[in-house]
Amino acid sequence: MKKFDKERMLLAVAGPVIALVVAVALTSIVLLASGKSPIEPYTIMFQQATYSDIQVLIINQASLYYIAALAVAIGFRMNLFNIGVDGQYQLAAMMAAVVGAHVALPAVLQVPLLMITAICTGAFWAGIAGVLKVTRGVSEVVATIMLNAIATSVIAYLWLPDVFGVKLGNNNTTGEMHKSGWIPGFSMGDAGEIYGLVILAVLLGIGYWIVLNRTRFGFDLRASGASESAAAASGVDPKRMVLTAMLLSGGIAGLAGLPILLGDTHTYSLNFPTGIGFLGIGIALLGRNSPVGIAFASLLWAWLDKASPELDFHGYDKEIAVIMQGLIVIAVVVSYESVREWGLRRQQRRVGAELAAGNVLGGNDNTDKEVAGR
Amino acid sequence: MANHDIHLSVRKGTVHALVGENGAGKSTLMKILYGMQKPDEGTIAVDGEQVAFSSPGDAIARGIGMVHQHFMLADNLTVLENVTLGSEKLYGIGAKARRKIIEISDRYGLGVRPDVLVEELGVAERQRVEILKVLFRGARILILDEPTAVLVPQEVDALFDNLRELKAEGLSVIFISHKLGEVLSVADDITVIRRGTTVGTAVPSETTPRQLAELMVGSELPTPETSESTVTDQAVIEVDDLVVFAKGSVSMGKGSAALLMDEVERGAVRLVLDHVSFTIHAGEVMGIAGVEGNGQTELIDALIGLKAADSGAVRFMGEDITGMSTRKRRENGIGYIPEDRHRHGLLLEAPLWENRILGHVTEKPNAKGFWIDIKGAQQDTRRIVEQYDVRTPGIDVTAASLSGGNQQKLIVGREMSHKPKFLIAAHPTRGVDVGAQAQIWDQIRAARREGLAVLLISADLDELIGLSDTLRVIFNGKLVADADPATITPEELGSAMTGAASGHLENEELAEAAELEEPTENPAPDAPEDEAR
Repeated sequence: MKKFDKERMLLAVAGPVIALVVAVALTSIVLLASGKSPIEPYTIMFQQATYSDIQVLIINQASLYYIAALAVAIGFRMNLFNIGVDGQYQLAAMMAAVVGAHVALPAVLQVPLLMITAICTGAFWAGIAGVLKVTRGVSEVVATIMLNAIATSVIAYLWLPDVFGVKLGNNNTTGEMHKSGWIPGFSMGDAGEIYGLVILAVLLGIGYWIVLNRTRFGFDLRASGASESAAAASGVDPKRMVLTAMLLSGGIAGLAGLPILLGDTHTYSLNFPTGIGFLGIGIALLGRNSPVGIAFASLLWAWLDKASPELDFHGYDKEIAVIMQGLIVIAVVVSYESVREWGLRRQQRRVGAELAAGNVLGGNDNTDKEVAGR
Repeated sequence: MANHDIHLSVRKGTVHALVGENGAGKSTLMKILYGMQKPDEGTIAVDGEQVAFSSPGDAIARGIGMVHQHFMLADNLTVLENVTLGSEKLYGIGAKARRKIIEISDRYGLGVRPDVLVEELGVAERQRVEILKVLFRGARILILDEPTAVLVPQEVDALFDNLRELKAEGLSVIFISHKLGEVLSVADDITVIRRGTTVGTAVPSETTPRQLAELMVGSELPTPETSESTVTDQAVIEVDDLVVFAKGSVSMGKGSAALLMDEVERGAVRLVLDHVSFTIHAGEVMGIAGVEGNGQTELIDALIGLKAADSGAVRFMGEDITGMSTRKRRENGIGYIPEDRHRHGLLLEAPLWENRILGHVTEKPNAKGFWIDIKGAQQDTRRIVEQYDVRTPGIDVTAASLSGGNQQKLIVGREMSHKPKFLIAAHPTRGVDVGAQAQIWDQIRAARREGLAVLLISADLDELIGLSDTLRVIFNGKLVADADPATITPEELGSAMTGAASGHLENEELAEAAELEEPTENPAPDAPEDEAR
């Protein structure tokens, strides 16, 4: 019986591996077409990954990607497409920065307060799309895209000097946060510091797995994603499920900006990283919505990001990494679907074969067992 | 190996029936004949000439056509458009194609009108369009996959007339069916498949359905005897004046229901359940007969809580559950065997043990408080698999890899495991082979003896009559007639299903005798709330 489990593992790995191979091959073709070496950029980037300061950068960046991708994945698990993670984490980071600059509590209270602020902001922003979907049937895709644009405007408003903004030269900031809200990193000596909240990303990953695979709620959520009609018939309230999933996704999205906010920048400024929510979609896809898969995908993405600038010094364009990210996403979508179908068909055939060979669960002289004999 | 040592030869101008249990390999064989799957060994010959199909296109080119169990027609296109779709090259899409359709239709007595929208056609007409579609593409050999599953007896007879026309014109028909009586009445030759191999052939004129069934399962069948009535006077489910509109999705109270009634009169809204009332008692099986699409789906949905009642009430064990959630209803003891197991009963890509949890995620042995009890669920899945003879190599395979009948057995096992007080059984044996069918019937009968109330909806009239204590006929959202399963015949029931009869149905010859002999056999129709409306 275990072999079917093993086979599922194999299929789970086959998708990403095929996608990566295809993406690398296509990138090499692009390189060849532009008259460059199709191999050297990879060796350069691999070499980058061996430097400890680059490793720290990769891990830090990956923690942001990881949390954002988890937020997207929660939605994916029940066929909800939360494109709004981008707006949700930016707005949440800003609100946390504002609260952190204006409230000064001891660290034991300050840090939870900032996290709750971020969670609530993200959940609220995603919740708007959720409420619109369950009450008015508005597609969450459209609603969250719009909310991204609105979030940008809201942030611009909050940056105004007479609201919460503090001008530093040409930069808009929210002022420096009180020190009690800073989270110290793990010092790596000369290589730099790993954000303290990398731990949060790990905990979120573990929590995500436990909730989804070990709780009743998680079962309902996965059932809703696998078959909306079957889930409804099993007793899941589809509307409540959509709203809960949206709130959860938004809440996690709200945390995506915190590692860098509390660990490094301590203010929400124009330099704050943007677009992590969108990258999170690709990463969640590549990671097959599984916490381990997303971890690998986040690290891969962060590596492409942080190792590619070096290419500029060797006569290559660092955009090669972006091309590769795009190709990976396309390859992933195609390869997963074909691997899934292939796997289903293969299992159907194998089950048929096992049955014909008499391997029926629970019978010892199966070949003679007849239904009507009961 | 799904199939091995299959020998099948179909003579020109005959109807050849293929019968076998679920998972016996009928579908695989058909897929091979239709070019959807390649055989590993062996040969296929058409008109004595050896052929190899690599796609359905090749099969069509050799004159083999398939009429699928699930119709593949676009509702919003006309018959002409549906028929020409994908084979525009043959006769174009205009007058020439129309002439060809009429010519085929006339030749085989199909009565197909080319310019009607498919959505306006009934099930039987759609099926004839499917047959015509295949003939239009030049098929000389037709494969019909369980063509009678969706038809009432009168329609079945009409279909068989069509098949006889086809064979008179020299065409060959391969006919797959579970209904052995039908097979015997229409087929010229019968081939029986068991465990992926052909186990025998039968000559219809010398075979009884029972012998055929025994050949199929390879052993003697249990006798399906109707045991004495176990109906008690304890009401389990009471449906009172239930109204559901096609548009209404939430209960809007009596006032708005009246408003909607105005719309119904203007034809703006359709009434899918029209003041339906009935009571099912502990130990009673109430069968509902009706052509599909007459409100059965909505009735089931209203009882399990997927669709809210627009007016009226549903009481379960005396408690009003009209506004109760589906989950609460299921926890309270309403079991549910859905009409469409793929849509409502299973997570196809999830392993069997997760499907064991589906619908009972809050109940033992699947849950421990807030947590899922994976071990408990897996253990219980193994028990169900063994007890209900679900043919599977393990509980980690996906539900999609089981055959339809085995999926159904898993669902039945799951629902019965929670000892329901009321079971909604929609087509509980659809697509299930005769052996497993008898087993599911036995399970239902056994639970009924212990006081289970069952609402049975089935297209199989023999099943309805054999299993039910009381029978109702649903037509156009109304319960139009009731009948005594002890005396009614499938033909009479079939004509009531088309709306031809109402009130209390009685078999003219048997009615007198029945009244004299067993006046109290069937207590339910005397209850006032049981009046068919």
